[in-house]
Amino acid sequence: MQILPRRQDKATIFDVSGDIDFANSREVRQSVLHEIQESRVARVVVNLSRVNYIDSSGVASLVESLKASRDLGSRFILFGLSTSAREVLQLSRLIKVFEIYDNEEQALAS
Amino acid sequence: MLALYSNPRWLSVVRGTVERLTKILGFPEGQCRSIISAVDEALSNIVRHSYRNRLDQPIAMYFRRTQRQSEGDVQQGLEILLCDRGPEVDASKLQGRPLNEIRPGGLGLHLIRQAMDTVEYTRKGPINRLRLVKYLSPTNNALRGRRDGADFA
Repeated sequence: MQILPRRQDKATIFDVSGDIDFANSREVRQSVLHEIQESRVARVVVNLSRVNYIDSSGVASLVESLKASRDLGSRFILFGLSTSAREVLQLSRLIKVFEIYDNEEQALAS
Repeated sequence: MLALYSNPRWLSVVRGTVERLTKILGFPEGQCRSIISAVDEALSNIVRHSYRNRLDQPIAMYFRRTQRQSEGDVQQGLEILLCDRGPEVDASKLQGRPLNEIRPGGLGLHLIRQAMDTVEYTRKGPINRLRLVKYLSPTNNALRGRRDGADFA
């Protein structure tokens, strides 16, 4: 799993690739939370288009990031969810909690 | 049978194994994904809770075909048994949390129960045994005609 941040206007976009599971979800959480707390950007966007699988610890990392964003007045946005990732969020009844878009263009234009 | 240590680096290997197995057995794609997720969550729980993140503890997994009678028809299925040597688990804590709260954590058990037809925990001597079973619907019964009850590995 790899997670790389990049800046675009008033947003930080995290490009994540590989599976997010118990072996690496802590890395995702730490990277995103650090950015939320340090940069105070208006939008934190997570690109999941190259993530095939996400487990419950990965979902927990996203929920923590969402809460931290809300606390600091930032928007937390996901895009490019695989079928598997979407199903996990649906089964967890969290799909409506997140702002989710199909692609980066939509996520930044929203 | 699959023997591994409690290092999370092996999770992706097990997911790949279960993916191939469930596809060969004829489970629909959505069920393949949910079975993979259930096994992955169960293994993560063993590493995290039973072995408290120690990386060198033994885990054994057994895969076998199983079947049941359902409305006059025989339903074939896949049984997965996960064994570890951690402390005994309080079975009352294996229910998962309600999903009406938006908070991290506690989702793994819910995903396991959603995916599998049977989720049974037993303690046998020093061993925790988690038995997961998923049955094929009759229309997806790729196992029919093969030898019943045979182990896969």
